[in-house]
Amino acid sequence: MQVYLPIAEMSVNIFLVLGLGGAVGLLSGLFGVGGGFLMTPLLIFIGVPPAVAVGTQSVQIVGSSVSGVLAHMRRGTVDFAMGGMLTIGGFLGSGLGVWVFSLLKRSGHIDLTISLGYVLFLGVVGGFMLTESLPGVLKKRPAGVALAARGPGRHTWMHGLPFKFRFRKSKLYVSVLLPLGIGFLVGVLVATMGVGGGFLMVPAMIYLLGMPTQVVIGTSLLQITFVTANTALLQSVINQSVDLVLALLLLLVAVVSTQIGVKLSSKVRGEYLRVALAVMILAVALRLALDLVIPPHELFTLSTGAGE
Amino acid sequence: MKRFLALAMALLLAGEARAQGNVPLVADLSSHLVAITTGFSGTDVLLFGATDGAGDIAVVVRGPSQNEVIRRKGRVGPVWINTDEVTFRDAPSYYRVASSRPLDEFAPQTLLSRYQIGIDNLRINTLADTTLEPEEVADFRKAFVRLKTDSNLYDQGLGAVNFMSNRLFRTELHFPSNVPTGTYLVEVYLFRDGDVTSAEIVPLNISQIGASADIFDFAHNLAPLYGLVSILLAASAGWVASIAFRRT
Repeated sequence: MQVYLPIAEMSVNIFLVLGLGGAVGLLSGLFGVGGGFLMTPLLIFIGVPPAVAVGTQSVQIVGSSVSGVLAHMRRGTVDFAMGGMLTIGGFLGSGLGVWVFSLLKRSGHIDLTISLGYVLFLGVVGGFMLTESLPGVLKKRPAGVALAARGPGRHTWMHGLPFKFRFRKSKLYVSVLLPLGIGFLVGVLVATMGVGGGFLMVPAMIYLLGMPTQVVIGTSLLQITFVTANTALLQSVINQSVDLVLALLLLLVAVVSTQIGVKLSSKVRGEYLRVALAVMILAVALRLALDLVIPPHELFTLSTGAGE
Repeated sequence: MKRFLALAMALLLAGEARAQGNVPLVADLSSHLVAITTGFSGTDVLLFGATDGAGDIAVVVRGPSQNEVIRRKGRVGPVWINTDEVTFRDAPSYYRVASSRPLDEFAPQTLLSRYQIGIDNLRINTLADTTLEPEEVADFRKAFVRLKTDSNLYDQGLGAVNFMSNRLFRTELHFPSNVPTGTYLVEVYLFRDGDVTSAEIVPLNISQIGASADIFDFAHNLAPLYGLVSILLAASAGWVASIAFRRT
Protein backbone atom coordinates (compact mmCIF):
# COMPACT_ATOMS: atom_id res chain seq x y z
CA MET A 1 0.00 0.00 0.00
CA GLN A 2 1.37 3.36 -1.03
CA VAL A 3 1.03 6.62 0.86
CA TYR A 4 1.91 10.07 -0.50
CA LEU A 5 4.25 12.25 1.55
CA PRO A 6 3.20 15.90 1.06
CA ILE A 7 6.53 17.57 1.91
CA ALA A 8 8.87 14.97 0.40
CA GLU A 9 6.51 15.02 -2.62
CA MET A 10 6.78 11.31 -3.26
CA SER A 11 4.87 8.16 -2.39
CA VAL A 12 6.31 5.34 -0.31
CA ASN A 13 5.22 1.88 0.76
CA ILE A 14 3.48 2.33 4.10
CA PHE A 15 4.70 -1.01 5.49
CA LEU A 16 8.32 -0.20 4.67
CA VAL A 17 8.05 3.04 6.64
CA LEU A 18 6.29 1.33 9.54
CA GLY A 19 8.98 -1.37 9.59
CA LEU A 20 11.76 1.21 9.68
CA GLY A 21 10.04 3.10 12.50
CA GLY A 22 9.57 -0.06 14.51
CA ALA A 23 13.13 -1.30 14.14
CA VAL A 24 14.76 2.04 14.92
CA GLY A 25 12.35 2.66 17.83
CA LEU A 26 13.32 -0.65 19.41
CA LEU A 27 17.01 0.24 19.22
CA SER A 28 16.22 3.68 20.60
CA GLY A 29 14.63 2.28 23.75
CA LEU A 30 17.21 -0.45 24.14
CA PHE A 31 20.34 1.67 23.88
CA GLY A 32 19.12 5.15 24.74
CA VAL A 33 20.20 6.49 21.38
CA GLY A 34 17.80 8.50 19.24
CA GLY A 35 18.41 6.27 16.26
CA GLY A 36 18.98 9.23 13.94
CA PHE A 37 22.35 7.91 12.78
CA LEU A 38 20.49 4.86 11.44
CA MET A 39 17.23 6.47 10.36
CA THR A 40 18.66 9.36 8.34
CA PRO A 41 20.73 7.15 5.97
CA LEU A 42 17.83 4.65 5.71
CA LEU A 43 15.31 7.34 4.72
CA ILE A 44 17.71 8.74 2.12
CA PHE A 45 18.23 5.20 0.86
CA ILE A 46 14.49 4.71 0.18
CA GLY A 47 14.45 7.95 -1.82
CA VAL A 48 13.46 10.66 0.66
CA PRO A 49 15.33 13.91 -0.15
CA PRO A 50 18.21 14.34 2.37
CA ALA A 51 16.93 17.66 3.73
CA VAL A 52 13.47 16.16 4.38
CA ALA A 53 15.04 13.04 5.93
CA VAL A 54 17.04 15.15 8.40
CA GLY A 55 14.15 17.49 9.23
CA THR A 56 11.60 14.71 9.63
CA GLN A 57 13.66 12.37 11.75
CA SER A 58 14.30 15.17 14.25
CA VAL A 59 10.52 15.23 14.88
CA GLN A 60 10.41 11.47 15.06
CA ILE A 61 13.25 11.42 17.60
CA VAL A 62 11.30 13.89 19.78
CA GLY A 63 8.39 11.45 19.90
CA SER A 64 10.33 8.30 20.58
CA SER A 65 12.60 9.95 23.15
CA VAL A 66 9.56 11.40 25.02
CA SER A 67 8.16 7.90 25.12
CA GLY A 68 11.50 6.56 26.34
CA VAL A 69 12.18 9.28 28.89
CA LEU A 70 8.71 8.88 30.48
CA ALA A 71 9.29 5.15 30.87
CA HIS A 72 12.65 5.86 32.53
CA MET A 73 11.12 8.54 34.78
CA ARG A 74 8.65 6.01 36.17
CA ARG A 75 11.54 3.71 36.97
CA GLY A 76 13.41 6.62 38.54
CA THR A 77 16.37 6.36 36.22
CA VAL A 78 16.57 10.01 35.09
CA ASP A 79 19.01 12.49 36.64
CA PHE A 80 17.20 15.80 36.08
CA ALA A 81 20.03 18.03 37.31
CA MET A 82 22.48 16.31 34.98
CA GLY A 83 19.94 16.28 32.12
CA GLY A 84 19.27 19.99 32.60
CA MET A 85 22.98 20.84 32.34
CA LEU A 86 23.34 18.66 29.24
CA THR A 87 20.31 20.39 27.69
CA ILE A 88 21.63 23.91 28.32
CA GLY A 89 24.92 22.90 26.72
CA GLY A 90 23.00 21.29 23.86
CA PHE A 91 21.02 24.45 23.08
CA LEU A 92 24.22 26.52 22.92
CA GLY A 93 25.98 23.90 20.81
CA SER A 94 23.17 23.47 18.31
CA GLY A 95 23.11 27.25 17.83
CA LEU A 96 26.79 27.14 16.85
CA GLY A 97 26.10 24.01 14.75
CA VAL A 98 23.43 25.74 12.65
CA TRP A 99 25.93 28.52 11.90
CA VAL A 100 28.70 26.03 11.01
CA PHE A 101 26.22 24.14 8.80
CA SER A 102 25.42 27.24 6.74
CA LEU A 103 29.16 27.96 6.33
CA LEU A 104 29.83 24.43 5.07
CA LYS A 105 26.82 24.53 2.78
CA ARG A 106 28.17 27.63 1.06
CA SER A 107 31.55 25.96 0.58
CA GLY A 108 29.77 23.10 -1.28
CA HIS A 109 31.21 20.22 0.73
CA ILE A 110 28.49 19.63 3.30
CA ASP A 111 27.90 16.02 2.18
CA LEU A 112 31.57 15.15 2.49
CA THR A 113 31.82 16.84 5.89
CA ILE A 114 28.79 14.93 7.16
CA SER A 115 30.17 11.61 5.90
CA LEU A 116 33.64 12.23 7.32
CA GLY A 117 32.09 13.39 10.59
CA TYR A 118 30.04 10.20 10.85
CA VAL A 119 33.03 7.99 10.06
CA LEU A 120 35.26 9.80 12.53
CA PHE A 121 32.85 10.02 15.46
CA LEU A 122 31.14 6.67 14.98
CA GLY A 123 34.50 4.96 14.41
CA VAL A 124 36.18 6.43 17.48
CA VAL A 125 33.18 6.00 19.79
CA GLY A 126 32.33 2.50 18.51
CA GLY A 127 35.94 1.32 18.64
CA PHE A 128 36.46 2.65 22.14
CA MET A 129 33.23 1.12 23.44
CA LEU A 130 34.04 -2.22 21.91
CA THR A 131 37.57 -2.44 23.30
CA GLU A 132 36.31 -1.35 26.72
CA SER A 133 33.26 -3.59 27.02
CA LEU A 134 34.25 -6.69 25.06
CA PRO A 135 36.77 -8.09 27.60
CA GLY A 136 34.14 -7.75 30.34
CA VAL A 137 31.65 -9.76 28.34
CA LEU A 138 34.13 -12.42 27.27
CA LYS A 139 35.45 -13.00 30.79
CA LYS A 140 31.92 -12.99 32.23
CA ARG A 141 32.88 -10.55 34.93
CA PRO A 142 30.03 -9.37 37.15
CA ALA A 143 28.40 -6.12 36.06
CA GLY A 144 30.03 -2.95 37.31
CA VAL A 145 33.61 -4.16 37.51
CA ALA A 146 34.15 -3.37 33.84
CA LEU A 147 33.46 0.31 34.57
CA ALA A 148 37.08 1.22 35.14
CA ALA A 149 36.34 4.93 35.07
CA ARG A 150 34.06 4.66 38.08
CA GLY A 151 34.76 4.22 41.70
CA PRO A 152 36.44 6.04 44.56
CA GLY A 153 39.97 7.26 44.62
CA ARG A 154 40.16 7.98 40.93
CA HIS A 155 41.11 11.62 40.57
CA THR A 156 41.82 13.22 37.20
CA TRP A 157 42.03 16.78 35.86
CA MET A 158 38.24 16.72 35.58
CA HIS A 159 37.85 16.74 39.33
CA GLY A 160 39.90 19.91 39.58
CA LEU A 161 37.39 21.95 37.59
CA PRO A 162 35.44 24.69 39.41
CA PHE A 163 31.62 25.03 39.90
CA LYS A 164 31.24 21.61 41.47
CA PHE A 165 27.74 20.30 41.99
CA ARG A 166 26.35 17.21 43.69
CA PHE A 167 24.35 15.13 41.19
CA ARG A 168 22.53 12.93 43.69
CA LYS A 169 20.91 10.54 41.27
CA SER A 170 24.22 9.81 39.55
CA LYS A 171 26.08 9.77 42.87
CA LEU A 172 28.59 12.20 41.42
CA TYR A 173 30.23 15.37 42.72
CA VAL A 174 31.69 17.02 39.62
CA SER A 175 31.93 20.40 37.96
CA VAL A 176 28.84 21.53 35.99
CA LEU A 177 31.28 22.46 33.20
CA LEU A 178 31.59 18.77 32.29
CA PRO A 179 27.92 18.07 31.42
CA LEU A 180 27.67 21.54 29.87
CA GLY A 181 30.67 20.77 27.66
CA ILE A 182 29.40 17.33 26.65
CA GLY A 183 25.95 18.77 25.91
CA PHE A 184 27.53 21.54 23.85
CA LEU A 185 29.60 19.15 21.73
CA VAL A 186 26.57 16.93 21.15
CA GLY A 187 24.50 20.00 20.23
CA VAL A 188 27.01 20.96 17.53
CA LEU A 189 26.74 17.45 16.07
CA VAL A 190 22.93 17.46 16.24
CA ALA A 191 22.78 20.54 14.05
CA THR A 192 25.57 19.64 11.62
CA MET A 193 24.98 15.92 11.19
CA GLY A 194 21.23 15.53 11.72
CA VAL A 195 21.46 13.02 14.56
CA GLY A 196 20.13 12.90 18.11
CA GLY A 197 23.66 12.57 19.47
CA GLY A 198 22.99 9.70 21.85
CA PHE A 199 25.72 7.58 20.32
CA LEU A 200 28.26 10.16 21.49
CA MET A 201 26.57 11.28 24.68
CA VAL A 202 25.96 7.83 26.20
CA PRO A 203 29.63 6.77 26.08
CA ALA A 204 30.74 10.23 27.24
CA MET A 205 28.47 10.00 30.26
CA ILE A 206 29.63 6.47 31.10
CA TYR A 207 33.35 6.84 30.53
CA LEU A 208 34.01 10.56 31.01
CA LEU A 209 31.60 11.36 33.82
CA GLY A 210 31.44 7.86 35.27
CA MET A 211 27.65 7.84 35.59
CA PRO A 212 25.88 4.53 36.40
CA THR A 213 24.72 2.90 33.13
CA GLN A 214 21.09 2.59 34.20
CA VAL A 215 20.78 6.35 34.81
CA VAL A 216 22.70 7.29 31.66
CA ILE A 217 20.08 6.18 29.17
CA GLY A 218 17.09 7.97 30.69
CA THR A 219 19.14 11.12 31.24
CA SER A 220 20.49 11.20 27.69
CA LEU A 221 16.93 10.73 26.38
CA LEU A 222 15.89 13.78 28.40
CA GLN A 223 18.55 15.91 26.70
CA ILE A 224 17.78 14.44 23.26
CA THR A 225 14.08 15.31 23.68
CA PHE A 226 14.69 19.00 24.23
CA VAL A 227 17.60 19.53 21.87
CA THR A 228 15.94 17.72 18.92
CA ALA A 229 12.66 19.58 19.60
CA ASN A 230 14.62 22.81 19.20
CA THR A 231 16.26 21.49 16.02
CA ALA A 232 12.90 20.33 14.59
CA LEU A 233 11.44 23.79 15.14
CA LEU A 234 14.41 25.42 13.39
CA GLN A 235 14.14 22.96 10.49
CA SER A 236 10.42 23.71 10.06
CA VAL A 237 10.94 27.46 10.09
CA ILE A 238 14.12 27.72 8.01
CA ASN A 239 13.83 24.84 5.53
CA GLN A 240 10.18 23.70 5.66
CA SER A 241 11.67 20.23 5.55
CA VAL A 242 9.57 18.43 8.17
CA ASP A 243 7.19 15.91 6.62
CA LEU A 244 4.44 15.45 9.18
CA VAL A 245 2.90 12.43 7.43
CA LEU A 246 6.24 10.61 7.34
CA ALA A 247 7.07 11.62 10.92
CA LEU A 248 3.71 10.41 12.25
CA LEU A 249 3.92 7.10 10.39
CA LEU A 250 7.38 6.46 11.83
CA LEU A 251 6.18 7.51 15.27
CA LEU A 252 3.09 5.34 15.20
CA VAL A 253 5.21 2.23 15.59
CA ALA A 254 8.38 3.77 17.05
CA VAL A 255 6.70 4.96 20.26
CA VAL A 256 5.48 1.44 20.95
CA SER A 257 8.70 -0.33 20.03
CA THR A 258 10.69 2.18 22.11
CA GLN A 259 8.67 1.05 25.15
CA ILE A 260 9.48 -2.55 24.35
CA GLY A 261 13.14 -1.59 24.01
CA VAL A 262 13.14 0.14 27.41
CA LYS A 263 11.66 -2.95 29.08
CA LEU A 264 14.22 -5.17 27.39
CA SER A 265 17.11 -2.90 28.39
CA SER A 266 16.49 -3.54 32.10
CA LYS A 267 16.67 -7.28 31.52
CA VAL A 268 19.94 -7.30 29.61
CA ARG A 269 23.32 -6.79 31.25
CA GLY A 270 24.91 -3.39 30.62
CA GLU A 271 28.03 -4.83 28.96
CA TYR A 272 26.03 -6.82 26.43
CA LEU A 273 24.10 -3.67 25.53
CA ARG A 274 27.32 -1.72 25.08
CA VAL A 275 28.95 -4.40 22.94
CA ALA A 276 25.87 -4.59 20.72
CA LEU A 277 25.69 -0.80 20.41
CA ALA A 278 29.42 -0.64 19.65
CA VAL A 279 29.12 -3.27 16.91
CA MET A 280 26.17 -1.44 15.37
CA ILE A 281 27.96 1.92 15.47
CA LEU A 282 31.09 0.41 13.91
CA ALA A 283 29.03 -1.24 11.17
CA VAL A 284 27.49 2.09 10.17
CA ALA A 285 30.90 3.80 10.30
CA LEU A 286 32.44 1.08 8.15
CA ARG A 287 29.64 1.28 5.60
CA LEU A 288 30.05 5.07 5.31
CA ALA A 289 33.83 4.79 5.10
CA LEU A 290 33.54 2.26 2.29
CA ASP A 291 31.14 4.57 0.44
CA LEU A 292 33.79 7.28 0.57
CA VAL A 293 36.65 5.09 -0.62
CA ILE A 294 35.13 2.60 -3.10
CA PRO A 295 34.90 4.01 -6.64
CA PRO A 296 31.21 4.92 -6.98
CA HIS A 297 29.01 3.07 -9.47
CA GLU A 298 27.42 6.35 -10.52
CA LEU A 299 29.73 9.37 -10.52
CA PHE A 300 26.94 11.87 -11.03
CA THR A 301 24.29 13.04 -8.60
CA LEU A 302 21.32 15.27 -9.30
CA SER A 303 19.72 17.79 -6.99
CA THR A 304 16.67 19.60 -8.21
CA GLY A 305 15.65 23.16 -7.59
CA ALA A 306 18.97 24.15 -6.03
CA GLY A 307 21.59 26.53 -7.30
CA GLU A 308 21.24 30.04 -8.62
CA MET B 1 12.17 32.07 -27.64
CA LYS B 2 12.70 30.55 -31.08
CA ARG B 3 10.68 27.60 -29.95
CA PHE B 4 7.76 29.75 -28.94
CA LEU B 5 7.87 31.67 -32.21
CA ALA B 6 7.79 28.43 -34.12
CA LEU B 7 4.96 27.19 -31.98
CA ALA B 8 3.06 30.44 -32.42
CA MET B 9 3.46 30.10 -36.19
CA ALA B 10 2.14 26.56 -36.10
CA LEU B 11 -0.79 27.75 -34.07
CA LEU B 12 -1.37 30.58 -36.52
CA LEU B 13 -1.50 28.01 -39.31
CA ALA B 14 -4.02 26.05 -37.29
CA GLY B 15 -6.07 29.19 -36.70
CA GLU B 16 -6.12 29.91 -40.41
CA ALA B 17 -7.37 26.43 -41.12
CA ARG B 18 -10.04 26.89 -38.47
CA ALA B 19 -11.14 30.17 -40.02
CA GLN B 20 -11.66 28.33 -43.27
CA GLY B 21 -14.01 25.98 -41.48
CA ASN B 22 -11.99 22.80 -41.52
CA VAL B 23 -10.05 22.19 -38.32
CA PRO B 24 -7.06 19.96 -39.13
CA LEU B 25 -6.39 18.97 -35.51
CA VAL B 26 -8.29 18.89 -32.26
CA ALA B 27 -6.96 17.27 -29.11
CA ASP B 28 -7.89 17.14 -25.45
CA LEU B 29 -7.11 15.27 -22.24
CA SER B 30 -9.44 13.01 -20.30
CA SER B 31 -8.63 15.23 -17.31
CA HIS B 32 -6.97 18.63 -16.98
CA LEU B 33 -6.09 18.06 -13.37
CA VAL B 34 -4.01 15.31 -11.83
CA ALA B 35 -4.94 15.39 -8.16
CA ILE B 36 -2.24 14.13 -5.83
CA THR B 37 -4.07 12.81 -2.79
CA THR B 38 -2.74 10.85 0.17
CA GLY B 39 -3.11 7.57 -1.72
CA PHE B 40 -1.47 8.81 -4.94
CA SER B 41 0.80 6.25 -6.58
CA GLY B 42 1.02 7.53 -10.15
CA THR B 43 -1.70 7.87 -12.74
CA ASP B 44 -2.52 7.70 -16.45
CA VAL B 45 -4.16 10.50 -18.41
CA LEU B 46 -5.74 9.83 -21.79
CA LEU B 47 -4.90 12.19 -24.64
CA PHE B 48 -7.35 11.92 -27.52
CA GLY B 49 -8.12 13.89 -30.63
CA ALA B 50 -9.03 13.93 -34.27
CA THR B 51 -7.48 15.06 -37.52
CA ASP B 52 -9.16 16.06 -40.78
CA GLY B 53 -7.34 13.38 -42.69
CA ALA B 54 -4.24 11.24 -42.86
CA GLY B 55 -1.11 12.43 -41.10
CA ASP B 56 1.25 11.66 -38.26
CA ILE B 57 0.93 12.80 -34.68
CA ALA B 58 3.76 13.61 -32.29
CA VAL B 59 2.96 14.36 -28.65
CA VAL B 60 5.41 16.07 -26.27
CA VAL B 61 4.71 16.39 -22.53
CA ARG B 62 6.86 18.88 -20.60
CA GLY B 63 6.83 19.45 -16.85
CA PRO B 64 7.59 22.85 -15.31
CA SER B 65 11.28 23.66 -15.66
CA GLN B 66 13.61 24.38 -12.79
CA ASN B 67 17.32 24.65 -12.13
CA GLU B 68 18.89 21.22 -11.85
CA VAL B 69 22.32 20.91 -10.26
CA ILE B 70 24.33 17.90 -11.33
CA ARG B 71 27.56 17.05 -9.52
CA ARG B 72 30.36 14.72 -10.52
CA LYS B 73 32.55 12.87 -8.06
CA GLY B 74 36.28 12.72 -8.49
CA ARG B 75 39.06 11.08 -6.54
CA VAL B 76 40.89 13.31 -4.09
CA GLY B 77 43.45 11.30 -2.12
CA PRO B 78 41.74 8.13 -0.92
CA VAL B 79 38.17 9.43 -0.99
CA TRP B 80 35.63 10.21 -3.69
CA ILE B 81 34.11 13.65 -3.34
CA ASN B 82 32.05 16.01 -5.50
CA THR B 83 34.59 17.87 -7.60
CA ASP B 84 32.63 19.44 -10.48
CA GLU B 85 29.12 20.71 -10.88
CA VAL B 86 26.94 22.04 -13.67
CA THR B 87 23.60 23.81 -13.26
CA PHE B 88 21.14 23.16 -16.05
CA ARG B 89 18.71 25.99 -16.51
CA ASP B 90 15.26 25.53 -18.08
CA ALA B 91 15.44 21.74 -18.17
CA PRO B 92 11.90 20.33 -18.03
CA SER B 93 11.27 18.47 -14.78
CA TYR B 94 9.33 15.86 -16.76
CA TYR B 95 9.58 14.93 -20.44
CA ARG B 96 7.85 12.30 -22.59
CA VAL B 97 7.35 11.86 -26.33
CA ALA B 98 4.79 9.70 -28.08
CA SER B 99 4.15 9.41 -31.79
CA SER B 100 2.19 7.43 -34.34
CA ARG B 101 5.35 6.20 -36.12
CA PRO B 102 9.10 6.42 -35.44
CA LEU B 103 9.93 10.13 -35.60
CA ASP B 104 12.48 9.93 -38.43
CA GLU B 105 9.90 8.30 -40.72
CA PHE B 106 7.71 11.39 -40.94
CA ALA B 107 9.55 14.40 -39.55
CA PRO B 108 12.76 16.07 -40.77
CA GLN B 109 15.49 16.61 -38.20
CA THR B 110 15.25 20.40 -38.53
CA LEU B 111 11.65 20.39 -37.33
CA LEU B 112 12.34 17.86 -34.57
CA SER B 113 15.05 20.06 -33.15
CA ARG B 114 13.04 23.26 -33.67
CA TYR B 115 10.12 21.89 -31.67
CA GLN B 116 12.42 19.89 -29.34
CA ILE B 117 10.70 16.61 -30.10
CA GLY B 118 12.73 13.68 -28.81
CA ILE B 119 15.13 13.65 -25.89
CA ASP B 120 18.21 14.24 -28.07
CA ASN B 121 16.60 17.40 -29.40
CA LEU B 122 15.89 18.79 -25.97
CA ARG B 123 17.77 22.02 -25.48
CA ILE B 124 19.12 22.03 -21.94
CA ASN B 125 21.07 25.20 -21.27
CA THR B 126 23.87 25.39 -18.74
CA LEU B 127 24.35 28.38 -16.52
CA ALA B 128 26.90 30.70 -18.09
CA ASP B 129 29.50 30.54 -15.33
CA THR B 130 30.69 26.97 -15.90
CA THR B 131 34.44 26.59 -16.34
CA LEU B 132 34.18 23.13 -17.92
CA GLU B 133 35.00 22.26 -21.51
CA PRO B 134 32.02 21.77 -23.88
CA GLU B 135 32.79 18.03 -24.16
CA GLU B 136 32.62 17.72 -20.39
CA VAL B 137 29.32 19.60 -20.28
CA ALA B 138 28.04 17.07 -22.84
CA ASP B 139 28.99 14.29 -20.40
CA PHE B 140 27.02 16.07 -17.70
CA ARG B 141 24.03 16.37 -20.04
CA LYS B 142 24.15 12.64 -20.78
CA ALA B 143 24.33 11.86 -17.07
CA PHE B 144 21.47 14.26 -16.40
CA VAL B 145 19.20 12.49 -18.90
CA ARG B 146 20.24 9.11 -17.48
CA LEU B 147 19.48 10.11 -13.88
CA LYS B 148 16.15 11.64 -14.90
CA THR B 149 15.31 8.43 -16.76
CA ASP B 150 16.26 6.34 -13.73
CA SER B 151 13.76 8.27 -11.61
CA ASN B 152 11.03 7.75 -14.26
CA LEU B 153 10.75 11.46 -15.03
CA TYR B 154 12.24 11.21 -18.51
CA ASP B 155 11.60 8.43 -20.98
CA GLN B 156 14.16 7.92 -23.72
CA GLY B 157 11.77 5.66 -25.58
CA LEU B 158 8.82 6.62 -27.68
CA GLY B 159 5.23 6.14 -26.54
CA ALA B 160 2.65 4.96 -29.03
CA VAL B 161 -0.08 7.15 -30.50
CA ASN B 162 -2.79 4.86 -31.87
CA PHE B 163 -4.92 5.86 -34.83
CA MET B 164 -8.42 4.63 -35.48
CA SER B 165 -9.76 4.92 -39.03
CA ASN B 166 -7.07 7.48 -39.88
CA ARG B 167 -8.95 10.25 -38.08
CA LEU B 168 -9.19 9.54 -34.38
CA PHE B 169 -6.09 9.12 -32.27
CA ARG B 170 -5.37 8.40 -28.63
CA THR B 171 -2.42 7.82 -26.30
CA GLU B 172 -1.99 7.13 -22.61
CA LEU B 173 0.29 9.52 -20.74
CA HIS B 174 1.79 8.03 -17.61
CA PHE B 175 2.74 10.13 -14.58
CA PRO B 176 4.75 8.30 -11.88
CA SER B 177 4.24 8.79 -8.14
CA ASN B 178 7.23 11.14 -7.81
CA VAL B 179 5.91 13.50 -10.51
CA PRO B 180 6.72 17.15 -9.72
CA THR B 181 3.71 19.42 -9.18
CA GLY B 182 2.96 22.39 -11.43
CA THR B 183 1.55 23.27 -14.83
CA TYR B 184 2.42 20.81 -17.59
CA LEU B 185 2.12 21.50 -21.31
CA VAL B 186 1.01 18.72 -23.63
CA GLU B 187 2.00 19.70 -27.17
CA VAL B 188 0.33 17.88 -30.05
CA TYR B 189 1.82 18.21 -33.57
CA LEU B 190 0.20 17.09 -36.80
CA PHE B 191 2.82 16.26 -39.47
CA ARG B 192 2.01 15.99 -43.17
CA ASP B 193 4.51 15.65 -45.99
CA GLY B 194 7.43 16.36 -43.69
CA ASP B 195 5.94 19.56 -42.31
CA VAL B 196 3.95 20.64 -39.26
CA THR B 197 0.42 21.23 -40.53
CA SER B 198 -1.13 22.02 -37.19
CA ALA B 199 -0.34 22.08 -33.52
CA GLU B 200 -2.23 22.31 -30.30
CA ILE B 201 -1.18 22.87 -26.70
CA VAL B 202 -3.25 21.42 -23.89
CA PRO B 203 -2.31 22.50 -20.35
CA LEU B 204 -2.41 19.96 -17.54
CA ASN B 205 -2.31 20.92 -13.91
CA ILE B 206 -0.69 18.53 -11.44
CA SER B 207 -1.20 19.52 -7.84
CA GLN B 208 -1.71 18.19 -4.34
CA ILE B 209 -5.36 18.03 -3.28
CA GLY B 210 -7.07 17.51 0.05
CA ALA B 211 -5.22 16.60 3.24
CA SER B 212 -1.76 16.44 1.67
CA ALA B 213 -2.27 19.88 0.04
CA ASP B 214 -3.43 21.30 3.37
CA ILE B 215 -0.31 19.95 5.09
CA PHE B 216 1.91 21.36 2.36
CA ASP B 217 0.28 24.82 2.64
CA PHE B 218 0.45 24.71 6.43
CA ALA B 219 4.17 23.85 6.36
CA HIS B 220 4.97 26.68 3.97
CA ASN B 221 2.62 29.45 5.12
CA LEU B 222 2.65 28.99 8.89
CA ALA B 223 6.08 27.42 9.36
CA PRO B 224 6.66 28.24 13.07
CA LEU B 225 3.19 26.98 14.03
CA TYR B 226 3.67 23.90 11.86
CA GLY B 227 6.94 23.17 13.68
CA LEU B 228 5.28 23.56 17.08
CA VAL B 229 2.34 21.36 16.08
CA SER B 230 4.76 18.71 14.76
CA ILE B 231 6.70 18.67 18.02
CA LEU B 232 3.54 18.58 20.15
CA LEU B 233 2.04 15.77 18.06
CA ALA B 234 5.29 13.81 18.31
CA ALA B 235 5.60 14.41 22.06
CA SER B 236 1.97 13.45 22.72
CA ALA B 237 2.34 10.31 20.62
CA GLY B 238 5.28 9.36 22.83
CA TRP B 239 3.30 10.26 25.95
CA VAL B 240 0.23 8.24 24.93
CA ALA B 241 2.38 5.22 24.11
CA SER B 242 4.17 5.41 27.44
CA ILE B 243 0.83 5.55 29.31
CA ALA B 244 -0.70 2.77 27.26
CA PHE B 245 2.33 0.63 27.93
CA ARG B 246 2.26 1.21 31.66
CA ARG B 247 -1.31 -0.10 31.89
CA THR B 248 -0.81 -3.25 29.88
